[in-house]
Amino acid sequence: MSNQIDTGLQFHQQALNLRAYRQEVLASNIANADTPNYKARDIDFISALQGADGAARTSGSLPLARTASGHLGGTAVDNPAAAPLLYRIETQSSVDGNTVNIDTERAAFAENAVQYEASLTFVNQFMRNIQSALQSQ
Amino acid sequence: MSMLNVFNIAGSALTAQSARLNTVASNLANADSVAGADGLPYKAKQVVFAAKPVEGGGTGVRVTAVVEDNAPGRMLYDPKNPAANEQGFVTMPNVNVVEEMVNMISASRAYQNNVEVMNTAKTLMQKTLTLGQ
Repeated sequence: MSNQIDTGLQFHQQALNLRAYRQEVLASNIANADTPNYKARDIDFISALQGADGAARTSGSLPLARTASGHLGGTAVDNPAAAPLLYRIETQSSVDGNTVNIDTERAAFAENAVQYEASLTFVNQFMRNIQSALQSQ
Repeated sequence: MSMLNVFNIAGSALTAQSARLNTVASNLANADSVAGADGLPYKAKQVVFAAKPVEGGGTGVRVTAVVEDNAPGRMLYDPKNPAANEQGFVTMPNVNVVEEMVNMISASRAYQNNVEVMNTAKTLMQKTLTLGQ
């Protein structure tokens, strides 16, 4: 049972980590909206989540390589660096080599914030379900 | 903790944009200064932005330099002015007021965008803190 709770929450944990990471990437784009030669970046959320989830399911959450018997076995479940950073295709080129389109970034930022909140709602509801299952009456 | 980095990133952008706003204010204030502190006409100043990696991931922005515009100042015919040359021309600053106004609006909008980013990140963090309640 505890394993089921764990796996149920793990997916949302990975989704939230990736959303938080994407929020950071988009914040970088908005911060550098006026920086010459800055190239806007983003992650492909779906493939990143599939990659993170697949890696967690097949190898049991990315085991740490142990080269000596005294090493402790750690696990890295959330490795946001595993999500490859891609470059955004520019819609309109600018003279200073900057590829940030502030409207696109703002829209993506708002969308990502809502998706993050959606994941939080899922986790909250999941916990509420567990709590009602645990109640005696 | 990725979400905390958003504050660092947006914060660096706020600092950079306010530095840009400062130079705009300085340029506009001195748009008619015939002589600066060094006795020469005031020269328009511009900030240079560069991307800067933030500790823990993400890319912020910083002001690498404040450069002076070396374009020649505009000449104004005003023989009564004590700063006038033999021909009666006064060298005015090379500040382009229209350019500065555009710069000001751009800096102000960029600042607002980053404040919005911070507010969103704050809301998300607060919601994360009340998780499971």
